[in-house]
Formats: sequence, C-alpha cells, structure tokens
Amino acid sequence: MKILVPIKRVIDPYVSIRVKSDNTGVETDNVKMSMNPFCEIAVEEAIRLKEAGKAEEIVIVSVGNQSCQETIRTALAMGADRGIHVLIDQTVEPLSIAKILSKIIDEEKPGLVISGKQAIDGDNNQTGQMLAALTDMPQGTFASKIEIDGDKIQVTREIDGGLQTVKLNMPAIITTDLRLNEPRYASLPNIMKAKKKPIDQKTPDDYGIDITPRLKTLKVIEPPKRQAGIKVENISELVEKLKNEAGVI
Amino acid sequence: MTTLFFIEHANGKVSDQSLKAISATRDLGEEVHGMIAGTAIDSVVEEASKISGVSKIIHIENDEYNNILAEKLTSAIINISDNYNYFCAAATTTGKNVMPRVAAKLDVSQISEIIGVESNDTFIRTIYAGNAIATVQSSDAKKVLTIRPTAYKVADTSDTGCEVEKINPENIPNISEYISEELTKSDRPELTSAKIIISGGRGMQNGENFELLDKVAAKLGAAVGASRAAVDAGFVPNDYQVGQTGKVVAPELYIAVGISGAIQHLAGMKDSKVIVAINKDEEAPIFDIADYGLVADLFQVLPELEGAI
Repeated sequence: MKILVPIKRVIDPYVSIRVKSDNTGVETDNVKMSMNPFCEIAVEEAIRLKEAGKAEEIVIVSVGNQSCQETIRTALAMGADRGIHVLIDQTVEPLSIAKILSKIIDEEKPGLVISGKQAIDGDNNQTGQMLAALTDMPQGTFASKIEIDGDKIQVTREIDGGLQTVKLNMPAIITTDLRLNEPRYASLPNIMKAKKKPIDQKTPDDYGIDITPRLKTLKVIEPPKRQAGIKVENISELVEKLKNEAGVI
Repeated sequence: MTTLFFIEHANGKVSDQSLKAISATRDLGEEVHGMIAGTAIDSVVEEASKISGVSKIIHIENDEYNNILAEKLTSAIINISDNYNYFCAAATTTGKNVMPRVAAKLDVSQISEIIGVESNDTFIRTIYAGNAIATVQSSDAKKVLTIRPTAYKVADTSDTGCEVEKINPENIPNISEYISEELTKSDRPELTSAKIIISGGRGMQNGENFELLDKVAAKLGAAVGASRAAVDAGFVPNDYQVGQTGKVVAPELYIAVGISGAIQHLAGMKDSKVIVAINKDEEAPIFDIADYGLVADLFQVLPELEGAI
C-alpha cells in the first residue's frame, strides 16, 4: 500500500507572531519556518505503518513556494520515500489545495492519505475533509489512534467530551490530532540520505486546477491587548476580591 | 434565500454550543432553518423549534443519523442545498468535521470559526492561534461558515414552536460506520459551557495532583481544564485541553494554576471575563493577562482556596 502525506510549511510554532503595520497580514520575512506540527504527526504515523509492514511507500506532497522543498526534505529525512512539490507563490485556499491533492490521488492511487487536522497559520481545519469530499472517500478526522483491519481502517477520534471510534472503507483520509504519536527527529545519516531522494516539481496548471481565491482578506489586526491586573498577597485577599470586586463567585 | 444551521443535541437537550452559535445567523439577515438529526428525540425537536429567530426545523428522522458521521450528514445537507445560501454550524468537533465536506461538495471556500459577522459576505475570524484577527470577504454565491460559540450568547428558546418538516434522506452513503463513543465521565459541567473553569498546567507535576483542582472545582461548581503541557505530560486526557489545539473557552472566571501561559494556551482562554493566575514563578507570562495574580506554591494555596470558598 502507498500512503500519501500532504504537509504544510508554516511559521515555526515557537515564534511570536507580528502583524504587519499596514494590516495586510502577518510578517513572514526573515521568520523561522517549520513543518506544521500536525503534519509532523502525519508523517510519523505513515512511517510507523511502513515500519510495521502495513505500507510500502510514503509519498509527501506540499503546495507552496520554492522553500517548501526544505520541508519536504525534512519529511524525507524522517523516513518518507519521495516528494511532490506543487509550486505556487501566492496564497492558496484549502479548497484549491484539496483539488490539487485529489488530482494527485487520481495519479498515485494511495491506499491511505494522512494529513494534519489543521495548519497553525490559517487555523482553517478544512483540507482533509474537503479532499475526502472531492474523492468521495470516508474521513477519519482528529485521529488519536488508527488500526488497519483488512480493507477497512478503525479510527479513534478526539471529539468534544471524549473519544469516538469509527470504521472506514479504504482508501480513506485521516487527519491527525496531538495524541496520535510523538514525531521522531531525523538522524544525521537519514538527513544525508534524504538529499538523494527524488522530489518532483509540478504546477497547478499540470493538474488543470484554477486556484483563484474565493476569499479576500480585507485586513489583519492585532487582537485587543488584555491589561495585567493586580497581584494579591494571599488566598483570603483573592477570595475577597473575587466575591466583592469581580462578583464572580 | 435562507440560512441552514445544523443543530447538535445530546442527553435530550439542544447543545449549548449550537444555541450560542445560532445567534450569529441573525446577523446574516436571512430566514433561518434549523436542521436536527436522530430518532426518538421529540423533546429536543420541540426545544429546537422554539429557538428565537428559527422559522422552520428540518428533522432528519432516521436511525443512521443517531450518531453523526460526516459522510452521511453531508449527503443529507447536499440533497436540500438548492434551497439555501448559507450553511452554518457551531465550530465543535462535529461542525469542524462535517462543514468542510459540505463546502467542497458545493465548490465553495469555507470560512472557519468566525467570531463576528461584518456584513452578509464579510466575516471576522482569528488566525495564528488568536494572535491576529482577520476580516475576510467571500465571493462565493453560497457560503459555508462555522461559528465559534464563545463569541455569542445563548439564543432564547421560549418562542412558540415553528413548523417541523421531517425528512428521510435517500442514497445514504455507506462508506463509514459508527462503532462506539467513550465520553469522559464527570460530575462537573462541560468545559465549553462552564461558568467557572480551574485549569492545571505542568506545575501540577502529575495526574494525581489534579485532585487538588477537583476539590476546588467541586466547591465552585466549576469544570476542570488543563494546558497542553499537562496533556502532553500525560497528567490528564486530551479532552481537558484548553488552548488553540484544544478547546476555546470564555467563562466568567478562569483560574490558571501552575500554567506558565504559553501563546497556545492563552489563545484558548484569554476571552474569559476574569482571569486568576496562581504560579510560583512571578515572571510567568500568564500574569501579564491575569486580573488577579498570586505568586505562591500551588500545593500550599490550593487547599487554602478550597477551605476559603
């Protein structure tokens, strides 16, 4: 079985976000970029399935500018086999990404697609579900455990209030939640090996996809700052303030 | 045209999350129909029919919809999609699971987790874990929105009941199957609807120590939450998690105990009305947003807090 893992390059999660002074977006120049954390979990899960003999090949896909190749290399160094980079310089919406991925699925015919549940930049949480819609595949979103059982896959999902288990026909789309696994670091020998692994470069035109955005960002602003309040000396002062000043208990 | 809002329910009641999120639909300026799914839910359907501003309830009365699967619900929504120009749901795990599938089937870009409606095509939402707020305009004819419940107040449910239309979808997809649900049992209110939340972070040191929070929570009628650090460390299950990758909450009172205040945690709770921080590190960033800060050893002050309320 082949596993397709779409990944996204985003601002590193530990970098503080700065809104541009002209309110057109968020500053990305000279900012450290990384693989989206949920995508790392997706890559890791695919590698574990391969190590367990459930998959033969892991194909990484990333849609974005030239630097995405670095992020694909990171996934290859973790243990994926080859990459597909779809070069786009402009902002691209989840719907367009899902359309491109659905064409890649037509060509590659993976048995399973594993992606992150959301990217930590746009916080959209859409691409996996949209891809499932476009390919008419079932979706196991926010997965904390997956188990392949013949031609079906059992997925434990993180839902509000607990866990839900569903069984899906394969091929299926899985999106990862935090507890699915802990991603590995690439070892130095594997980083060296990854340099020789192939990355195909494509464009949206190769797939005949119109990526014209449907949404226009009118402005991006900083959230209102919350002012620090006061320090209290002890619990009795705290309880007194909460009762009499804030009136919340 | 008309807005279709998917109403969730559990334990014989319309979910609070849906009652909050549906309040956003009145700003769209269209008639609102509520969709509700499941069998033997007469009292829930009646409650839903009395939601202020809702002029019709579409009730999918079919056993296959007692547990919501994205594949089946999407198909039911698409079947009647010609009648609607807005498709909305609360940004719960169900709404997040289903609505993008609906959007892609309609060939439109979804606008996720809106916190405000500026006009009938322009919406406000947070990006980068709440570190920036974007105003987004949609050019799609049909619009698919998920709505962050904490941004809205619970809708009134005391209208006289509206019309209820029962539908029974045909050609239900059979590519996914519900197996089971394991809901965390607790006598406490749910995190997302609690008026008071007390959360623990890495400073709690282990899962057993969360009992200290439980005891305070019992006295306050509060829910217990946790930071991602505490979840990652295995102290408590993931459904305790408050933050960008967990639940977004906005209670009247949020008490953060042993939580340093990482960006990702603040994104999930900074809209709380009153924030209390208890931490022994006086430099902890959580104090920058707390209304009341107490620099102290949590193991000493939590029992005191329990005793004082």
